[in-house]
Amino acid sequence: MDAILHFAPYTGWVYPNETIVEWSVLIAVYPYLTGLVAGAFTVSSLYQVFGFERLRPVAHLALLTSLSFMIFVPTPLLLHLGHPERAFNSTITPHLTSAMAMFGFFASFYVCLLILEGWFAYRPYIVHQAQQRSDLLGKIYKLLTLGSYDVSEHAMRIDRKWIFALAVIGIPAAHGLHGYVGFMYGSVKAREWWSSDLMAVIFLFSAIISGVSLLAVLYVASCKLRNLAVDLACLKGLAYTIWGFIMVALVLEGLEFANMVYKGHDGIDMIMHYVTGPLLVPYFVLQFAVGAITPFLWLSYMIWRGTTGRALVIGVTVSACLVLFSVFMMRWNVVIGGQEISKTGKGLLSYHLYFWGKEGALMAILVTLAPLALLFGLTKFLPPWAETTDAHG
Amino acid sequence: MTEESKPTLNARRAFLAKLGGAATCAGAAMGAATLGILPNATAKSEPGADGASFPNENYDWSKHEWAFGVDATKCIGCLRCVEACKRENDVPQNAHQFRTWVERYVHLEGDDEVHIDSQQDPVNIEASGSEKTFRFANRYKDAKVYKAFFVPKLCNHCTHPSCVQVCPTGATFRTKDGVVLVDETYCIGCRYCVQACPYGARFFNEEKHVADKCTWCYHRITKGLQPACVEVCPVGARMFGDREDKQSPISLFIRNNRVQVLKAEMGNAPNVYYVGIDKEVN
Repeated sequence: MDAILHFAPYTGWVYPNETIVEWSVLIAVYPYLTGLVAGAFTVSSLYQVFGFERLRPVAHLALLTSLSFMIFVPTPLLLHLGHPERAFNSTITPHLTSAMAMFGFFASFYVCLLILEGWFAYRPYIVHQAQQRSDLLGKIYKLLTLGSYDVSEHAMRIDRKWIFALAVIGIPAAHGLHGYVGFMYGSVKAREWWSSDLMAVIFLFSAIISGVSLLAVLYVASCKLRNLAVDLACLKGLAYTIWGFIMVALVLEGLEFANMVYKGHDGIDMIMHYVTGPLLVPYFVLQFAVGAITPFLWLSYMIWRGTTGRALVIGVTVSACLVLFSVFMMRWNVVIGGQEISKTGKGLLSYHLYFWGKEGALMAILVTLAPLALLFGLTKFLPPWAETTDAHG
Repeated sequence: MTEESKPTLNARRAFLAKLGGAATCAGAAMGAATLGILPNATAKSEPGADGASFPNENYDWSKHEWAFGVDATKCIGCLRCVEACKRENDVPQNAHQFRTWVERYVHLEGDDEVHIDSQQDPVNIEASGSEKTFRFANRYKDAKVYKAFFVPKLCNHCTHPSCVQVCPTGATFRTKDGVVLVDETYCIGCRYCVQACPYGARFFNEEKHVADKCTWCYHRITKGLQPACVEVCPVGARMFGDREDKQSPISLFIRNNRVQVLKAEMGNAPNVYYVGIDKEVN
């Protein structure tokens, strides 16, 4: 009976059943993770499909990052479900009118695609390891070759075609996966704060900037950990990508808010009261000013001035961290914010984030960081670094 | 007393016994109203349900179309309906989760803002002294009330229910006789339906870990009984019946009144019809 003790204080008039905020911080973490998956995959696609050669140093890292985060995407949902043991009901007997029912299919398809693309990308390395090693790991590599040891130029050409095809399919798959997450909220007509045609696109663009930012941070961190120089051309490429997409993300969010205010549906007074009151800091200050506009201006300045060297590395890394924070705040402001505005349009609730518990802050932090631990392990097993991939691919 | 009405009356007696002391008074009032001892409160009253239009034990759900009526002009805010619902349907005994509730709208003289509260309001809970029994605190006794009324609320059992639309497993569904139910053995507890309901009619049952809501007492109506809230309402503010039967209380209620539904703009096509509500009710 935890939730009953955790009822939300409110002001004004709210429906009695609304006094328990049902979607917790974990439901904010869930779209955050899927967004990072889609964004990281975008970087991989920019290299594999669109030929952005300067992104080569992070192409494999992007694939591994996408896979690591994707594996953990269902975790916040499973922790949240009342009956996680029934989770497969939505896949076994999907209710086709439900946006949520398609999640299992989208996610499974995308995980398969990522594994397949990863396998092709790493096949030369796997074959090499299988032939060189005789220990337990060697046996695992041997198993992963699936009996295919042909790494001739002809075989590699066929592999590259596969990688290209999978990356092409992956673009709509990754973005469809995340667009659908946005649609899950945007299609809820009961909540004025969510019900927007733009929601799916806003989620998509914020996903892209978050994933690219994550890769920028991971790449710089990996270079520091490995005592290697950062490839500035690559980092600049990531910075350009963030800069370009952040503009679209900002415009879309601005348009959505302007639309809501301008249309002025029933309940807009309460929404305005909310965004200029309890949401002022999380929305305008943290999400927009600190998390989006600051990095946008900083990146613009660096591009304008042609900043390079250490200043570029610091500038891009800090900007990327701010974008990562901003996108999490966006998820929070949508998921939690939407529930803090009563469906009556006449009251506001206040969600309290607890530290402990199945749906507390600690769990949210662990679920967000867990993919990074998996990624760390994966990079040991399948090194994504340029010197390895260049040598074997 | 005819032979057909015996099972109905026996079941009502059993139900009243189950309700216990507090609800017995309300039940007695209902019985008295049925017997014609108490006059009906408003001019446009419908005859109380006498069971004649309800199905027998060979229930065929394709032959019914259930609907619910609320005459807000009759509601006195006694909250017997809320308590009866909680007991009848094993609704968690707390002040945050309800299958039905009653809203109070109060306009004070010289004040443009309407004051709205329900039984879950901390001031009302303090007045009742418990989260298991409910009453409206007399919080406006020193104020000049310009206009005030009560509005009973419950699931609208919509024809196009958004809760059913979003359910990922089909655990919540609309029956052929027009009732939206939750299969608690199949619900995964994702709470998407709770978010999707525009009326705040759903909650998450922390004991069963599934979505929960009003069923119009489906276990009762399919036996020819009335929903518990209708049964105990001492003033006939709630009525229930079969729209397939043109003489049922609900058919007459809809026919004889200019009825309205809540949040019609949502497109859900609710099946709870209201009379006597004001513009701010949603």
